[in-house]
Amino acid sequence: MAPRHLIDPHAHFHWAESRDDFARYNASRLRACDAIGVSCQVASILGTWGKRSPTYFASPGDVSSGNDAMYAIADAEPLRVRSFVHVNPNHTIHALAEIERGVARGAIGVKLSASRRADDPLVDAIAHDAGLRGLPVLHHVWQHRQRDWANQEASDALELAALARRHPNTNFILAHIGGGGDWAHSIEVIRDLPNIFPDTSGSGVDRGMLDAYVDAVGPSRLLWAADLTLCTALAKLQALEVMGLAQDDLDDICWRNAVRIFPHASFTLT
Amino acid sequence: MTKLRFPVDVNAWIGPYPFRELPHPDASVLVHVLHRERIGQAWVGALPGAWHRDPSPSNAWLSEQLSPHADVLRPSPTVRPDWPGWQAELDRAVSNGAPSVRVYPMQLGIGATSPALAALATACGERGLVVQLTVRFEDLRQRHPLDSANDLTAAHVRAIVRADTCVHVIVSGAGRELLEETHWSLTPAEQERCYWDWSWIWGPPEDRFAHLLETVGAARFVFGGFWPLRLVQAPLSTFSLLPAHLLSLTTADGAGIALSAVAASRGSASTASG
Repeated sequence: MAPRHLIDPHAHFHWAESRDDFARYNASRLRACDAIGVSCQVASILGTWGKRSPTYFASPGDVSSGNDAMYAIADAEPLRVRSFVHVNPNHTIHALAEIERGVARGAIGVKLSASRRADDPLVDAIAHDAGLRGLPVLHHVWQHRQRDWANQEASDALELAALARRHPNTNFILAHIGGGGDWAHSIEVIRDLPNIFPDTSGSGVDRGMLDAYVDAVGPSRLLWAADLTLCTALAKLQALEVMGLAQDDLDDICWRNAVRIFPHASFTLT
Repeated sequence: MTKLRFPVDVNAWIGPYPFRELPHPDASVLVHVLHRERIGQAWVGALPGAWHRDPSPSNAWLSEQLSPHADVLRPSPTVRPDWPGWQAELDRAVSNGAPSVRVYPMQLGIGATSPALAALATACGERGLVVQLTVRFEDLRQRHPLDSANDLTAAHVRAIVRADTCVHVIVSGAGRELLEETHWSLTPAEQERCYWDWSWIWGPPEDRFAHLLETVGAARFVFGGFWPLRLVQAPLSTFSLLPAHLLSLTTADGAGIALSAVAASRGSASTASG
């Protein structure tokens, strides 16, 4: 059994200011998405990915220029690619203006990486604004972060949960349960928080992870996604297909939940 | 009969993992998974044995568990080369029809320069047993605090490959960096006795697996699934997403590696006797 459509709500692209082989990288992503059967991917570019300012602490200038590059890619692939607007909450005025500008340019969600802890009050203005606009917030999460890691102020599920409780009218995507750290820790934290949607992306392909999340949060909150490794995304899709899920449940995870949490008519599914 | 995607999965285990619950890590389930994914056979280790002081009891348990499935599952017992009587474990492996043995230097605290590794390489080379190494069981970022062993190093792999001209080595779970460091630090003859699975090598959009197929060569790669720790679909997906011009490349297969190891051991014996 296969899902009727496939939406990847956690994708990234590169551009000329982030890596020299950006065209090859982007073409490879699009080719692999076609091979997997991805109908549409919602993507972001995190500034210059560390070239001019740090990936997770991108300067306002890099945030804006990275977003512009992302909008150009989405413009070129209007059916296959939609955009997040990436912001750095440490620059609150710029972040809010960037969200407004991003929506005008077609962004359908807000991307927060690891620039400020999720439970920090500085993030409230962004979460509130996203909720008012009906935009989901994709938040980078280190599953069970037990210490600080260099070059990022990563959040874990506990901190994202604190933000989600303060903003019950905003939907949050808990990024990459397979993306590093202990995915089992996040399950209990978000089990009863209906506005947190974990995504399956990341390089991690532990057996038992998908089953545990389906059991805990149910098919109506889990989002299939890829992030940086499409090979592991395909593996998790194939694992979902043999788990014994009902067709409706598989469709929820693979595309229908995304249709529900992104703004109306964000996707053209044929 | 349906065409197999790969004749052998050289890297599976059965049994519990000490640091988290694994769903049904049983021999009968592995047989089902291999059939579903169209993989002919698996070389199977006893997962708990990687952390035991003496792996002999877990090896005995492994033989017992695999015996009902002998046509599909072949034993790959664990050897601890700094433990008294370890050579007897190799002899038992040969008499049980094992194509390989597994050694876990990092979990045992065996350094790359330890004479134990060289002795193991020679003993396996003489017996025609492939030596299997595991770079890691889990991603560094998710390990249990008590799981403090570092990833396998290139120095360990080099030491074993260089120790004996007959020994054949399969390394599972390497990333591109470790693989390249090791491969390009070996002579061409040494490279030909060292194989890698691609279970932790990324496909698109980084395309590291495609890059390595073009630089290191398809003949150095062998299919390993990492079951029951990881989804066996992962290396299958990585392969299926290769660019079209690489899909027709032929990778090594476990049976061929095992035959090479046995042939090398016979050559070694005839040279020694001559």
